[in-house]
Amino acid sequence: MNKIAVKELSALFSLIAENEQLYLPAEKGGQTNYARYEEGTRFDLSTLKTVKSAKEIFFPQSETLYTMYKNGKKIRITQQELQSENFVAFGVRGCDVKGIEVLDKVFLSAPVDSFYSARRDHGTIVSLACGEPEESCFCTVFGVDPANPVGDVTTWLVGETLYWRANTEKGEALTEMCASLLADADEADVEAEKTKIKNILEQLPYTNLSLDSWHGDATKEKFSSELWKELYKPCLGCGTCTFVCPTCQCYDLKDYDTGKGIQKYRCWDSCMYSDFTMMAHGNNRTSQMQRYRQRFMHKLVYFPANNDGMYSCVGCGRCVDKCPASTNIVKVIKAFAEKEGK
Amino acid sequence: MQELIKRMKELMADGTVQRVLGWKKGDLSYNPEPYYFNSAEELDDFVYDGFCGANLSKYMVKGSNLEGKTLVLLKPCDTYSFNQLIKEHRVLRDKAYIIGVGCKGKLSPEKIKEKGVKGIKSISGAEIDGDCKELKIDTVYGEKTLAYKDVMLERCHVCKGKEHMIYDELMLESVDTCDGDRFTDVEIIENLPAEEKFEFFRKELSKCIRCNACRNVCPACNCRKCVFDSTKFDAEQKANVDPFEESMFHIIRAFHVAGRCTDCGECSRVCPQGIPLHLFNRKFIKDINEYYGEFKAGEDAETKGPLTDYTLEDLEPGERR
Amino acid sequence: MSMNEEFRPKIVAFCCNWCSYAGADLAGSSRLAYPADVKIIRVPCSCRVNPMFILRAFERGADGVIICGCHPGDCHYSTGNYYARRRMTLLFSMLDYVGIERGRTRVEWVSAAEGVKFSNTMNDFVETIRSMGKNVRLGDLRCKN
Repeated sequence: MNKIAVKELSALFSLIAENEQLYLPAEKGGQTNYARYEEGTRFDLSTLKTVKSAKEIFFPQSETLYTMYKNGKKIRITQQELQSENFVAFGVRGCDVKGIEVLDKVFLSAPVDSFYSARRDHGTIVSLACGEPEESCFCTVFGVDPANPVGDVTTWLVGETLYWRANTEKGEALTEMCASLLADADEADVEAEKTKIKNILEQLPYTNLSLDSWHGDATKEKFSSELWKELYKPCLGCGTCTFVCPTCQCYDLKDYDTGKGIQKYRCWDSCMYSDFTMMAHGNNRTSQMQRYRQRFMHKLVYFPANNDGMYSCVGCGRCVDKCPASTNIVKVIKAFAEKEGK
Repeated sequence: MQELIKRMKELMADGTVQRVLGWKKGDLSYNPEPYYFNSAEELDDFVYDGFCGANLSKYMVKGSNLEGKTLVLLKPCDTYSFNQLIKEHRVLRDKAYIIGVGCKGKLSPEKIKEKGVKGIKSISGAEIDGDCKELKIDTVYGEKTLAYKDVMLERCHVCKGKEHMIYDELMLESVDTCDGDRFTDVEIIENLPAEEKFEFFRKELSKCIRCNACRNVCPACNCRKCVFDSTKFDAEQKANVDPFEESMFHIIRAFHVAGRCTDCGECSRVCPQGIPLHLFNRKFIKDINEYYGEFKAGEDAETKGPLTDYTLEDLEPGERR
Repeated sequence: MSMNEEFRPKIVAFCCNWCSYAGADLAGSSRLAYPADVKIIRVPCSCRVNPMFILRAFERGADGVIICGCHPGDCHYSTGNYYARRRMTLLFSMLDYVGIERGRTRVEWVSAAEGVKFSNTMNDFVETIRSMGKNVRLGDLRCKN
């Protein structure tokens, strides 16, 4: 266990950034999102939820995969280079770490996504415990412990001190790199903080959300429910929930003509969009009700069916905060619970 | 609010309307959702308070295709959008029974959180029957008190007025909330050097995540198929690749609604990244007012819009008046 | 300014089929000179110019965009250029508002008989853009390398 004073953090970040790329929550235009740290970056560890999740660091919203050049009748293809430099993702909350675990299931099972896997290999995750969880949080429902998040290094921000505990080899290496700035501390120092967080969690409105009826075998019963026909109605069909979600992993592949070559890039897609999975014959989901149902069925039924019961929701509550029509996964779970009489 | 619920139940019972389009209580104290109530029992979950910012007029595009009449609740600013939608033949007047509801200003949960309020358990003081001066917020971190005005949506500070432009009947009181001029920010930007204007917009627009919330919530964006959803126009919809794409999306979107935008402020309300999108729309409104005479989109359902009209003496492009 | 002498701006000119394009033709057949930096795109009417065309041109590296149409009152379709006039007035004002220099966009009314005006306009526009330098604000980063 180590510690560092909060006022020393700039020095710590500069030290890390000298050796490796560093990504951390930073303020820009009044909003906090992950950004590459440079000297003078306005980092912000007090905001609980960045608008976009830490998913962005490992699976960027948009990335070029390869570029095609045409010269006469010859076509040359150059692959985009994979991540080869080590980097650190700092200040990742427990829910977002869990989100990356969900993405691992998708991108690291065969066929392995080489772009994602290279980033995972070279990335060190420094998680940050949530000192002040909010009313829209329900990560505990999915087995996340915001008082003691996993990650290569776990940190706690208590008053004017940041406590630091390495959990893995990568974490040890990072601790080694920062040794000159870290002082020794005792594990007992963060116990009070953990207890405090646990007490707060018990008071939050969503803590007792029950997922009992949601599991991999519920496909038929849930899919054919009449409830969807009511629930989807406020939905505007925008992609806010999808893009702020730490686990949504669907993407689209597109071409961009730069005038000198064609870039093949991929970008996040949303199952809420009317042209999602557009094929030659059209779309397989033609109404917003079907699209709305798909999103929640995927997170709470199809994904656990294919991944040993792991849900692809981590309870970060970003969709609860951001949905323009205030519809969200919690309301869906509650509506079903009410209907099923639980 | 009880009299409103009573009246809605009456209208449902006597068959005047088949359903009510209103707001349903949320599961938190600040997130009511737009909802079609199909029975009197369902109306028990009805709510109308300071958090009902959503403009329901766009939901009437769908509502116009439903059987029978829909009772729709419109705030004063929403009625401008409704008129505009009638003008564009996207909603049918005779399919709607409009109760114009009073408004005492709508609240922004984002602003409440910016004030450092976390872990909200309950909020009181936002009820429409109250005086809407002070919010008492009970949180897991203790009690907080905020002035209602301090956490109001930006649009309510520059309110167009509490008069309904179209309605069948009016209910509930309004309170004037206007304490600013909506063009002040536009003028400030206009007077910046080009370099700073550019930096300002680049900083704001580079936050855009292309979620399309602004477009989908906008009552003026009511095309069946948006140009940015079409695979045929090289207008990529999803990529957040380069600030250029985002700048283009927002400039073109503002242009497509120019002369039709009623400045209802929904785009800025819903933006997950807090981009002040109204600055684009208000620039067009300001220019239209200056160049072609005062025009308020949605004031009535007949007048030709400024971009579907012309005079022989119009200003030449690039000229300043 | 030695740098400006080397700088050859890329100019896109949208010309209405009925007047300005014929005006360009006349300029050519009258052997009037204007710089080859101007690339003409023929459109059926000035009101065919979608604001997205202009932004796309800038994205792809244009340094200036000019729209030429029939004189107001002379539109082949009676009123097209009146609508174009309002649209472009608003669009240019918006571009100015987001920090794109006003000089980079222009509208000129050039009739089929005005070969001289066409050539003068183009010479003047190219000169303006040349003195303003490269468009660095609206280009797409992806097109740069």
